[in-house]
Amino acid sequence: MDPTKKRQIRLVTALSAAVLLAVALIYTSFNAANDALEPSQLTARADGTYDVTGKVASDSVERGETLRFEITDRDGGEGVPVAYQGIVPDPFREGREVIITGALNEQGVLVAEKDSLITKCPSKFAEEHGDDPNVIIEDA
Amino acid sequence: MNALGAAALAAALLTAIYTLIAALIGARSGDRRWVDSSRRGFYAIFVLLLISVVSLESAFLRSDFSVELVANNSSTTTPTLYKLTAMWGSQGGSLMLWAFVLSIAASAVLFATRHSHREIAPWATAVMAAIATFFLGLMMAGVIFTNAETYPFALLAAGQVPAEGAGLNPLLRHPAMAIHPPMLYSGYVFFTVPFAFAIGALITRRLDATWIRSTRRFALIAWLFLSIGLALGARWSYSELGWGGYWAWDPVENAALLPWLTGTAFIHSIMVQERRGMLKTWNVSLIVTTFALSLLGTFLVRSGVLQSIHAFGESKVGLPLLLLIAAVIIGSTLLIISRLDDLRSERRIDSLLSRESMFLLNNLLFIGLAVIVFWGTFFPLISEAFTGQESSLAAPWYNRYTTPVAIGLLFLAGVGPLVAWRRISTSNLRKAFAIPISAALVAAAVIILAGEGLSEPIALVLFVAGAFTLAAVGQEIWRGTAARRALSGDSVPVAFSTLLTRNRRRYGGYIVHMGIALMLIGVAASSSFQTSTDVRLSPGESAEVGDYTVTYVRPTSEVDSQEQKLVFGAVLDVTRGGEQVTLLNPAREFFASSSADPAAPLRGFFEGEATSEVGRKEGVSRDIWTAMQPDLTSFDPVIAEGDELFGRLAAQLDLTDPGAVQALADQQGAAIAGLGERYLNPATTPPAEFRVNVNPFVIWIWIGVIVGAIGALFALWPGAEARRSRVSNVYAAKLARELATR
Repeated sequence: MDPTKKRQIRLVTALSAAVLLAVALIYTSFNAANDALEPSQLTARADGTYDVTGKVASDSVERGETLRFEITDRDGGEGVPVAYQGIVPDPFREGREVIITGALNEQGVLVAEKDSLITKCPSKFAEEHGDDPNVIIEDA
Repeated sequence: MNALGAAALAAALLTAIYTLIAALIGARSGDRRWVDSSRRGFYAIFVLLLISVVSLESAFLRSDFSVELVANNSSTTTPTLYKLTAMWGSQGGSLMLWAFVLSIAASAVLFATRHSHREIAPWATAVMAAIATFFLGLMMAGVIFTNAETYPFALLAAGQVPAEGAGLNPLLRHPAMAIHPPMLYSGYVFFTVPFAFAIGALITRRLDATWIRSTRRFALIAWLFLSIGLALGARWSYSELGWGGYWAWDPVENAALLPWLTGTAFIHSIMVQERRGMLKTWNVSLIVTTFALSLLGTFLVRSGVLQSIHAFGESKVGLPLLLLIAAVIIGSTLLIISRLDDLRSERRIDSLLSRESMFLLNNLLFIGLAVIVFWGTFFPLISEAFTGQESSLAAPWYNRYTTPVAIGLLFLAGVGPLVAWRRISTSNLRKAFAIPISAALVAAAVIILAGEGLSEPIALVLFVAGAFTLAAVGQEIWRGTAARRALSGDSVPVAFSTLLTRNRRRYGGYIVHMGIALMLIGVAASSSFQTSTDVRLSPGESAEVGDYTVTYVRPTSEVDSQEQKLVFGAVLDVTRGGEQVTLLNPAREFFASSSADPAAPLRGFFEGEATSEVGRKEGVSRDIWTAMQPDLTSFDPVIAEGDELFGRLAAQLDLTDPGAVQALADQQGAAIAGLGERYLNPATTPPAEFRVNVNPFVIWIWIGVIVGAIGALFALWPGAEARRSRVSNVYAAKLARELATR
């Protein structure tokens, strides 16, 4: 076969492989992805599994075999009750930002998938003081 | 001391601006005096930043809380090692680290090339000086725009200096965490060198392989740093609870993986340009991409753009960094397009069965992998742009796509070394592949007969690919040794070591391939055959976990007044078939919260940070990994009662009297110790939740990383070849000077 033609065939094969991969990537990612919501958006959308990002409401944590707590939007508001089983990450506590994957049940409780709780890692203590008047350090 | 550091930092910025101008004048006019001056400018930046870093570190060591950075990231109770490493926990400190490492890398490459690359080096100096100016400017901008976060020497007003600093999150007090960030940063920064020389080569149209030869070592150093940084991060998250094991496809992890993938492609494809004068456009594009991804990695860690476990404070350097990334990509692309004529390949690929087409295939797979990871990482932004709804992809999606590509790459790591440059004949093909293929078939048979293979086909394929690659690389090293013996008549060890040291780059690379094969075998085994069990036990009770019996023998407790922590743990006895395997001691450490209500000193302990100490027994065939969480509900009434007592006591005392404060602190210590005793008392020891994981072959991941790092170091080490060429370079430069002055 003449070399130019051979090269063209190779190029076309390579490009079609790349296009196929790209299409598969795009198609499956839209299907496999969980919508990321804030707790306040959750009530409007009853069905389906979501990644919910929010803050652990203060005085809401009940430990036990099932961990129960309420999760609110980052800037506060109504809390959504959560029931969770699995590993509780070390930084988990009230006021911390968490990401959890789960679905609402009929009682309006977010039933989380096992081990889906992710607690964000603050690199230092200073951030969580925020509005604590006892702490002298302020963000400039 | 602080003033000295601040002055040195300001001087470094001015010097960087001067270096940039001098390099540009030198590059345009060809005047050596400007070029030499710009090179010395970089040495000066290095010295100034060294002074600056030392003075900042001394502020950390002295716990000088008048420096805001120190007050926010360190404390008097922070252990000394972590005082030193706390510098890069902050925005300003990490920018400082970037600039400092850049000054080291730039000084090193400019020193190494001072007698060569008369045309490329001045432009490369200008590029590196521009980047140094950017980062130093970003820090100094903190002074002007009261954006103190980026300025490492921001001072607190006299009245605002706290008595105690905020301290480092106890979770990060881990040796791997102390060096993980600077390793990643050094990886990012060292890619600046090949990038700058590539730009220099493009501008001067000197697009043969010389720019590659003088910077490939820096690319390899960058690669090694990034690899170590990624491995340390993996090691750390494997040692902690709730971090998803050694790899979780977290966006920030991915951000560091991306330049590693394209950088790995780069250090392979430049060999094709050196040997055969091909892939020139590809190589300059790859290094531009790698450098842009390095900047993106720096940016993502602190941007808060993507949801990640790594939630650092949202920073103000996002926009300038994005602008820099955009400038790098747009500028480089325009430059490459304008030089397309000079980037034409000198040759074409002769055969699909040749080393160069294997390299090309390897590059396509690495880029494919990078595209997959990039797409997944940025999918939340992509989906928000298209559907208005942010959504994210989890580990199963990544695994589905990356696993087949990883299998392909693992096979190629064995095939590549077997195939000759240009083309391989059919008889050589048979000769080269016979042993590795037999090894792969034997491995497949053994695993299937052992009965585990067929249930996890993907793991089986990865094992087989690993066996193939190990055998292929082993065979190449053995054949080389045999050939050398036949030639010189040396003994096997002598022939072996001369073979390796005569061609460090090649055999270093082969050793890295072995390391990667070991690592992927570990990944395949541990991700396919892990068992994980949650059990709730009180002292004396046992549970069955797979083949193992786990017994909660007794509780342990410890109070550490230096770090202000209270430790509740458990001794677990692990047996199999009646024989003891190991004793493990997982524990949970509670750190006193610095912001706790002083009237509730006991509750404060349990509201502060808590970290899990994983109890782990590592073994050749499997790790037993345990974490525990004591159920402290039965302690709540006692803690409340104790706090009430303290409240009353504190109300009676005059807290301005240091003696009374001391008395209160002593009482608090006694109460904490009492809680420890209550935990140890068989009548009141609470039950605890245990997670027991049996992770097969994880140790091979770490062994693979170490083997790979040794291989990379071996390849980097200046060998006989480099020394020879350095001597001849110096000689040639001297000759040229003499001829010019004659």
